[in-house]
Amino acid sequence: MVAQMSNIQQRNQGRKDKLIVATAPLCGCFGCHMSLLDIDERIFELVELVEFDRTPVTDIKTIGKCDIGLIEGGVANAHNVHDLREFRANCDTLVAVGSCAVTGGIPAMRNQFDLKECLEEAYIHGIGVENPHVPNDVEIPLLLDKVHPIHEVVRVDYFLPGCPPSADTFWQFLTDVAAGNEVSFPYSLIHYD
Amino acid sequence: MSTEKTFKLDGRDIPFDDGDTVMDAALRAGEYIPHLCHDPDFPPHGSCRVCVVGVNGRHTASCTLQASEGMDVDNSSEDILEERRMLLQMLFVEGNHTCPACEKSGDCKLQAVAYHAGMLSPHFTHFFPKRSIDASHPEMMFYYNRCILCGLCVRVSKYEDKKSVFAISGRGIDSRLVFNSPSGKLGDTDFSPTDQAASVCPVGAILPKYLGYETPIGQRLYDFKPISVVGDETARDIAKDKLTNGGPDE
Repeated sequence: MVAQMSNIQQRNQGRKDKLIVATAPLCGCFGCHMSLLDIDERIFELVELVEFDRTPVTDIKTIGKCDIGLIEGGVANAHNVHDLREFRANCDTLVAVGSCAVTGGIPAMRNQFDLKECLEEAYIHGIGVENPHVPNDVEIPLLLDKVHPIHEVVRVDYFLPGCPPSADTFWQFLTDVAAGNEVSFPYSLIHYD
Repeated sequence: MSTEKTFKLDGRDIPFDDGDTVMDAALRAGEYIPHLCHDPDFPPHGSCRVCVVGVNGRHTASCTLQASEGMDVDNSSEDILEERRMLLQMLFVEGNHTCPACEKSGDCKLQAVAYHAGMLSPHFTHFFPKRSIDASHPEMMFYYNRCILCGLCVRVSKYEDKKSVFAISGRGIDSRLVFNSPSGKLGDTDFSPTDQAASVCPVGAILPKYLGYETPIGQRLYDFKPISVVGDETARDIAKDKLTNGGPDE
């Protein structure tokens, strides 16, 4: 634990000139993270502007103090709630990225059914299920009754809609923030699908 | 001949005739006031409230407001835009509008008006109501999840198709669209895909079966052109074309 703390402090040293950005995938498909990578060669410009903290891109597992936290995916289990609160506590600006984080999206379509029905359909009555039983290992995060967009769990500062938000949307957002400008999207960058 | 009567919309003089609503006159003059439950060809319904404007310090629906001489109508102040966004956000959280999974996405007026209003998030807590689908009709589907109770299908079926297939039943949050058949099922009504009402739904509630996602992303109605540019007529022509010709040619 002590070593971990010093790692975080070490990471944060000498980075004040760049925006520190962390990202997390909650209950989503990772498509928003893929879309961020679709900025292609602009990623060379991006690393001049930002430094990544905890994100699947760097594979850093713990979060330090960050300027921006980008959250992909809705809140579907206890682990998601924990991660999201940790991001909120460490990020000055928390951003809901993509339909699932903004509205619950595709995962929230399970809200039409009781959780019991969902589990039974997947693990008991589903086609081709062998040894039917609902997994109950303590390592598996407990599912929430419903999938929620992240603004229903923590305060959210900004929203990037889209399934996924396009690479241009990420680019516009991050470069506007890095330049200290008010974020503004042209019509073509606002879409919900 | 008397001089033309006018009112002001965001400072511009808009001519009107006796009996015109603010919406009628504005649309005729080429000014866009966002609307969902309104279609200039049918009597106003005043239910979605998205066409809210400010007149003499009051906020009111422009589709039901009679135009009068010298009115000063505010269609674009930050107050009005904020109220519209809030109304749209309430429409979104009240139903289950999963845009990424909806066949109407890209051609949907609810979406398009929200894009036009710059709505980035639903802001409120979602209701996630449990609603069903009526798939009893051989050619058409009805999705309760997406219905915003605009009443357009009710009016078009009644006034244009002379069938009265649809009605809105219940009050407040319990309001829902009902079908005029003994079983209450859409399949037991005389509704047909060639009805005008089949192509009037602004959202993806009334949709044809066996068709979906036929227009690629980037070529859909509101992908690049805002609804203020596309207009009502084009939207309806394209919806009709999809029903009669099964979508654009390959």
